[in-house]
Amino acid sequence: MTDFFIILLSTSGALFSLLAAIGIIRMPDTYLRISVNTKAATLGVGLMLASAAVFFQDFAVTTRVQAIIIFVLLTAPVGAHLIGRTSYFTGNGYGKAQLLMILKENTISNLMN
Amino acid sequence: MSTQDYLQYVIIPILVLSEFMVFIRFLKGPSVIDRVVALDLVVTIGIGIISIYSIITETSNFLDIAMILALIAFLGTVAFSYYLEKRNKND
Repeated sequence: MTDFFIILLSTSGALFSLLAAIGIIRMPDTYLRISVNTKAATLGVGLMLASAAVFFQDFAVTTRVQAIIIFVLLTAPVGAHLIGRTSYFTGNGYGKAQLLMILKENTISNLMN
Repeated sequence: MSTQDYLQYVIIPILVLSEFMVFIRFLKGPSVIDRVVALDLVVTIGIGIISIYSIITETSNFLDIAMILALIAFLGTVAFSYYLEKRNKND
C-alpha cells in the first residue's frame, strides 16, 4: 500500500515537472514561461517531496518536507511577481500577453479622457 | 521490480530529460529574464531529483540540502530582478 502511494505521488510529480519543462520550451512569451514555472514546477516538487515523506514515515523527515513545501509555496509567487515586474519595466519583448495589456491601458486612458 | 528500481529507471530519466529541456531554454533564451526563469526552474527540478534520490538511497539527510537549495534559488531570483531593474534605471 505504501509502495502504491510512493509510485503514484512520484509519477505525478515527475509528469508535472516534465509538463513544466515542455511549457518553458514551447511557450511563445516570457510571461507565459514565468506562469508555467510558478505553477507546474511547484506542484511537481510538492508531490515528489510528499512521496519522500510517505517513504520514510518519520516525524523529523515529515517536518522537514513540510518546511520545504511551505517555503516553496510562499516564495514561488513572490519571485515570479518580482521577475515579471522587472520584465515589464525593462520593456522586454512585446508578445501577445503584453500587447493585450497595452491595449487595455489605452482603452482605460481613452475612457478617462 | 521493486519501488527503488522503478524510481531509478523510470522517474529519474524523466526528470533528467526535463532538466535537459530547461537547459536548452537557458542556452536559447532571447532575453536575460528568460535565462533567470530557466535557472530558477533548473534548481526547482533539482529539488525534486534530490527528494527522489533520497528515497533510492534511503538517506533522509539529503532533504536538508534540498531546503538550502530552495533558499538559494529564491535569493538568486530576487537579486537578479533587483539588479536588472536597477541597471535599467541608470541607463
